[in-house]
Amino acid sequence: MVLSPVIAVFLTMIVGGMMFAILGKPPLEAIKVIFWDPLFNDQFASYSRPQLLVKAGPLILIAIGLSIGFKAGIWNIGAEGQYIMGAICGAGAGLALYPSESFLIFPAMALAGGLGGWAWAMVPAVLKTRFGTNEILVSLMLTYVAQSILISVSSGLLRNPEGMGFPGSRNFKQWDAAFNAELIANTGLHWGVVAALIAVIGAYMLMSRHIMGFNIRLTGEAPRAARFAGVKPARVVFFCLGIAGLLAGAAGLFEVSGPAGQLTGSFNAGYGFTAIIVAFLGRLHPVGILLAGLLMALTYIGGELAQLMLNLPGAAIQLFQGMMLFFLLAADVFTNFRLRFGKKGVA
Amino acid sequence: MDLSSINPVLLIASVMVSATPILLAAIGELVVEKSGVLNLGVEGMMITGAVVGFAVAVSNTSPGMGFVGAALAGALLSLPFALLTQYLMSNQVATGLGLMMVGLGLSSLIGKPFEGMKAPPFPKVEIPLLSDLPIFGKMLFSHDIMVYFSVALVVAVWAFLKYTRAGLILRAVGEAHDSAHALGYKVRHIRILAILFGGACAGLGGAYLSLVRVPQWTEGMTAGAGWIALAIVVFASWRPGRVAVGAYLFGGVSVLQLNLQAAGADVPVALLSASPYLITILVLVIISARGAHAAPASLGRPFHASR
Repeated sequence: MVLSPVIAVFLTMIVGGMMFAILGKPPLEAIKVIFWDPLFNDQFASYSRPQLLVKAGPLILIAIGLSIGFKAGIWNIGAEGQYIMGAICGAGAGLALYPSESFLIFPAMALAGGLGGWAWAMVPAVLKTRFGTNEILVSLMLTYVAQSILISVSSGLLRNPEGMGFPGSRNFKQWDAAFNAELIANTGLHWGVVAALIAVIGAYMLMSRHIMGFNIRLTGEAPRAARFAGVKPARVVFFCLGIAGLLAGAAGLFEVSGPAGQLTGSFNAGYGFTAIIVAFLGRLHPVGILLAGLLMALTYIGGELAQLMLNLPGAAIQLFQGMMLFFLLAADVFTNFRLRFGKKGVA
Repeated sequence: MDLSSINPVLLIASVMVSATPILLAAIGELVVEKSGVLNLGVEGMMITGAVVGFAVAVSNTSPGMGFVGAALAGALLSLPFALLTQYLMSNQVATGLGLMMVGLGLSSLIGKPFEGMKAPPFPKVEIPLLSDLPIFGKMLFSHDIMVYFSVALVVAVWAFLKYTRAGLILRAVGEAHDSAHALGYKVRHIRILAILFGGACAGLGGAYLSLVRVPQWTEGMTAGAGWIALAIVVFASWRPGRVAVGAYLFGGVSVLQLNLQAAGADVPVALLSASPYLITILVLVIISARGAHAAPASLGRPFHASR
């Protein structure tokens, strides 16, 4: 159970190293730059260490929400769209109150962000429970819709009126009441990371101590038994998609009001998709997701560093992350089945 | 808004061009799903096909070679999915998502040196006599060979599934894999072949995007076409003929919205560019509300011979 993610990471390093060799980069050097230098290199670590939490925060927050749904067999793969809509709604709520300096602005934005993501996730939930529409396709299609809304509002409705016509909203970094600042200097710890940690604990409590968590797991493992036990499938669908949307939306708001700073057509960095890998790599378990999120954040930072130092293409890291999921699923065979050599049974 | 600037003949002709990539990918996925496997990685295989097809075509200045390369690349990329889901019995949804991400990463890695290049021209094949017909000749019978190929492929898949013994076996594997196994059919082998066919088709579809439709390579250029192909299979209730209808419908929507944007229609651009996706959702809702799913009974279920 714990072993297969470790095997998967190890295999990814080996095959990734071969890939780097094919690209004409020194493989060991590249692996070291990705996994070691961001944390321990004298020159870069002071910059990249805080980035670890900045990147891990949204990944963990989204992945926690997704994992709850995945446990119930509800495949919300449109977290990216919920993330974008959360950012738009949260930023929009904040910008509507510009230039107020009230301390309530940021909480209100966070709330609006979460609700935006929640509302976006309710679309597949309603369609699934009401019409039986496949949530995989609907949630994914909505990601593309969200993307085009994002492009539209960042160059229209929410564009910075003092931005000299450039697309993009006001910069939250210049507006203290709405800025999601670092809570402790040079740690990368912002409210999104705090929320992620709370989500980890909350999800752990939910899944292991609360009846709803039990019902979710039951629905995933034995849907028929769940129905006989009186679990309402529709409620599970609403709950799982709602939580995932809420967390993804909040993550989007924390990102746009903090590290990203402003709403632009491309502020979203595909976290919603990477979070799927994080959820699986963490074995759909909150603590596992915490670790997997940190690891995945490390590959992001390491990837940027490798781009800088070794001129490694940015896409190589994306491939690297995808491979990790593949190897994880392959390594899972050892947890699901026992290897037996030499004995040929009757199939 | 000036609707008269939209020429209906050119409109229909460009609908056929814009539907072809989705049609190719969807008909491949149809065969995969008919064998009882849900491969969500269509997008990844498509975009890999797009980049490999483009790279091969540019390097050899031969679009034909590009298509062959794209089909091979799509099939090759679907191979790990096949092995994982069939031999290691991994979750098909998760593995398909992994395939999508690997494909997206791989494609932008391969495609970097080819950005901004132009695809070699792909000649149009005017069908003798038919292409001389007034109006219809230009609309339907003066396209490149891949358009005809995609239509022929739909007919071939339909005939294969309906009239051949192999098609019957494929459907049996998809409907009841345990019974098919009991009858002595190699469930895994049949499914792996189906997955490879689906991969090749998705690759061809991707290559059509990068070689004919656009025609150049840009990162993430499939923009959900693979997912729309998946939706079309559901929309079509797993029937080849309806796959073609679905693909042309969506091709029509995407061309029409581009034309409306160009004609300066009084509709927000965001709504227009989101319209193919919104209409996909709408159609899915209508189809699922009717309740007639007709999905292969073993779709998405892992098969193990011990049971």
